[in-house]
Amino acid sequence: MSYLPKPKLHHPTLPKNALGYTRRDYEGAISTLCAGCGHDSISAAIIQACWELSIEPHRVAKLSGIGCSSKTPDYFLGASHGFNSVHGRMPSVLTGANLANRDLIYLGISGDGDSASIGLGQFAHIMRRGVNMTYIVENNGVYGLTKGQFSATSDKGSKAKRGAVNTDEAIDLVGLAMQLGATFVARSFSGDKAQLVPLIKAALLHEGAAFIDCISPCVAFNNHEGSTKSYDFVREHNEAVNRLDVILGRQPITAEYAPGSVTEVTQHDGSVLRLRKLAPDYDPTDRVAAMNYLQERKAAGEIVTGLLYVDPDPTDLHANMGTVAVPLNRLGDAELCPGSAALARINAALR
Amino acid sequence: MRALTATNDFVVKFANVNGSGSASANTLFAKSILRMGIPIASRNIFPSNIQGLPTWFEVRVSGEGHLGRRGGVDLMVAMNPQTWDRDVAEIEPGGYLLYDSTKPLPKSKFREDVNVIGVPLTEMCNAAYTDARQRQLMKNIMYVGALSALLQIDPAVVETLLGEQYKGKERLAQSNRDAFHMGRDWALRNLECPIGLRLSALDAVGERIFVDGNSAAALGAVYGGATVCAWYPITPSTSLAEAFERYCRRLRMDPETGKKRFAIVQAEDELASIGIVVGAAWNGARAFTATSGPGISLMQEFVGLAYFAEIPAVIFDVQRAGPSTGMPTRTQQADILAAAYASHGDTKHILLFPEDPHECFTMGADAFDLADRFQTPVFVMLDLDIGMNDWLCEPFRWDDARRMDRGKVMTAEELEAGKTFGRYLDVDGDGIPYRTYPGTHPSKGAFFTRGTSRDRFARYTEQGSAYVDNMQRLLRKFETAKAYVPRPVERRAAQPTRDGVIYYGSSSAAMREALGALEADGIHLDALRVRAFPFHDDVMDFIARHDRVFVVEQNRDAQLRTLLTIEGCVDPARLVPILHYDGTPITARFIRAAIADKASALNVVPLRKAMP
Repeated sequence: MSYLPKPKLHHPTLPKNALGYTRRDYEGAISTLCAGCGHDSISAAIIQACWELSIEPHRVAKLSGIGCSSKTPDYFLGASHGFNSVHGRMPSVLTGANLANRDLIYLGISGDGDSASIGLGQFAHIMRRGVNMTYIVENNGVYGLTKGQFSATSDKGSKAKRGAVNTDEAIDLVGLAMQLGATFVARSFSGDKAQLVPLIKAALLHEGAAFIDCISPCVAFNNHEGSTKSYDFVREHNEAVNRLDVILGRQPITAEYAPGSVTEVTQHDGSVLRLRKLAPDYDPTDRVAAMNYLQERKAAGEIVTGLLYVDPDPTDLHANMGTVAVPLNRLGDAELCPGSAALARINAALR
Repeated sequence: MRALTATNDFVVKFANVNGSGSASANTLFAKSILRMGIPIASRNIFPSNIQGLPTWFEVRVSGEGHLGRRGGVDLMVAMNPQTWDRDVAEIEPGGYLLYDSTKPLPKSKFREDVNVIGVPLTEMCNAAYTDARQRQLMKNIMYVGALSALLQIDPAVVETLLGEQYKGKERLAQSNRDAFHMGRDWALRNLECPIGLRLSALDAVGERIFVDGNSAAALGAVYGGATVCAWYPITPSTSLAEAFERYCRRLRMDPETGKKRFAIVQAEDELASIGIVVGAAWNGARAFTATSGPGISLMQEFVGLAYFAEIPAVIFDVQRAGPSTGMPTRTQQADILAAAYASHGDTKHILLFPEDPHECFTMGADAFDLADRFQTPVFVMLDLDIGMNDWLCEPFRWDDARRMDRGKVMTAEELEAGKTFGRYLDVDGDGIPYRTYPGTHPSKGAFFTRGTSRDRFARYTEQGSAYVDNMQRLLRKFETAKAYVPRPVERRAAQPTRDGVIYYGSSSAAMREALGALEADGIHLDALRVRAFPFHDDVMDFIARHDRVFVVEQNRDAQLRTLLTIEGCVDPARLVPILHYDGTPITARFIRAAIADKASALNVVPLRKAMP
């Protein structure tokens, strides 16, 4: 980690987005993670994605559980409210926050210990409920803060730094999210910013439960020979099914693509996801086919990345519940309190 | 043989089989007495079971208005062969036994000192109905008919009630009326009516209402402005969340769009329930959960976070006995300490103790103001007896001029005007800092919420001095709360006394009755009903004014007494525990006997006087 304070003055020529903000306006406190930690790259990708989308920083709520990954919301979007909650229980806190104010953008940050071990139940149920959010698991397959224990996403056969071999089956969060009804599911790698930034942008625009499993090597405890979550291993085995561009409004098409090599998916908010196919015949709107494909490639020892599944027209918890359009936290006495006349009628019925 | 005689003062108990449809007939019986202007107290005693196990319904008729459980049974309606022997054994000598005489029973099944009233209910039903379910259900209405003749219930009242109950379903109303009269007519023709126990119309109910505490608390949450409810089913709190949904569907739909001004999540467990509450409240909505003891255990970690991160949360704890199944369908006040000091680290929480459904409503609404004002969890401590039984209580009242107290929330305008914002900064000296809702202002007022490791401006720090500073402020905040929570209610004895009694929650009705009886015994007690924790100064003052104070509770470990001892540094020897914890609601008879016993045992007579 760095101890140098960040200068408050910005270079006058730094590029600005539609709101007039520079990327620096989307930064947070200085990271206290290890130098080279994959998580810091993900924070940088979040900053880049929010800046590019011209999201008002204060309209984002950042929520996390406990762990290295859950510390990171302090390191981006300093003008947003953040909540470092309870280990494994961020999904419930995020669900409640979302119910209170449907107008904010919810960003849940978690780790593999937080989501796949202690919090697997809450992970499952937030996906089932279709909470409108972007849920990122910074997946390094290891417990960092407690110094190197296997996590539930460690692959069977993967070797720990001190030599122990994991004999338990790994939990596949991507497979679970798809099976449980998440309407946007992606996997990426913290070392591939070009892939990760558009995925985060697309997820932020997605009006339903969006999940990104981001493999993020732990340089301190899981970046050695024999680990399946090291930089080298992931680079060698990474098989991207597509490359994504997120197109807002009517941006002109600047690149030429060979016919049949591009799929476009228009999301509910009007944004267009342009997918350059890398795997032939991969259709990210076909959930069952996507699940089969993932199982096949996994058996072949590959780590499939890219936008794996998207439902272009998702519903969310508020739609399912039928709540009012006005955020519940803005309703006042007049809307909420039925008053004494209604109470008199209730009393009368109880006599 | 002796036959009990009493007018408007007796106990009727119904022994039924769970799932046999007896509940609505029994409620009809209870309500018809109320409509005659005679106060009653009714209680369900039910098993952890959907169908087949024994269940009892007890109605205490009390013209004098005693609403606690009395104990003992004057008339047993024994409809369950499974529990026959113990039901018969429970009847007071000279009491009455009403049973289905279709099948003859050997003489050994009865008691010499009990008046037996046989009504051939099954036989009449089989003759009147062909459908099996109808035969079962109408049997219940039929015994209400027989009871109306035996006890002198006004049949017109019953007819009116049936009309209200089956409004718009005239055929159903008529068939119930027919069954009622079949039972009534048979009794009038074949039995000596009335028996020694009689009802005589009074005007002692007044404007009071008859309602269960869980419904009342849920209605309090509606009036208190709660918009988010997250819960997990657990007896005896389930009906609270269900009542909230019922009332919201009636009172909280947007009239123009038909959309909901509320959100209810039946969560995957209690951890998620409280997590949703904390998230919603952090984001500026009023949120609550309803649970019972085991749920409180599961919520501990989040309750601690909410305490340290200073997030409002309302938790309705409908207390019951023990873990697992069985005793959990019985009542207790056994979560006092678990709730008062819930979670890890140094924590203390606000508790409210409603005595009846009327206070469940009032405190149910007040809890949201307190939670927002103090930015902390607030527990409303109901129990199964209040929560799941219908109680006769004062009607609900609401002042239309009342507005929600959202506490110290800094607005975008105040931030824009340059007001200093420190999330954990004690600006006013009362220990309560300002908070902001997420999304308030583009560049001011955002902060990062975490447990303990931060300074007054919510910046991360692991310094011990910042931690101590914060913990001291939290204590100041708790001290401030003393003046805001409901004050205790004192009732002075008829003559000056050095003895006092402290009681709370569902023990109150029985306690009030016991006070009258004890006075007749020559035991004079000043009585204080505690309504909240932290304890108001009046509570410690009351203890200081008395040499010894009995503390009446429904748990084994004298939990409120422990709390008083710790928080008030009271000499434990001066607080005498009176404890009832077998799962049945406490009775005036029990309190009277226990206090009389302790009072005489503790009365030290000077040696010289004791010598002849």
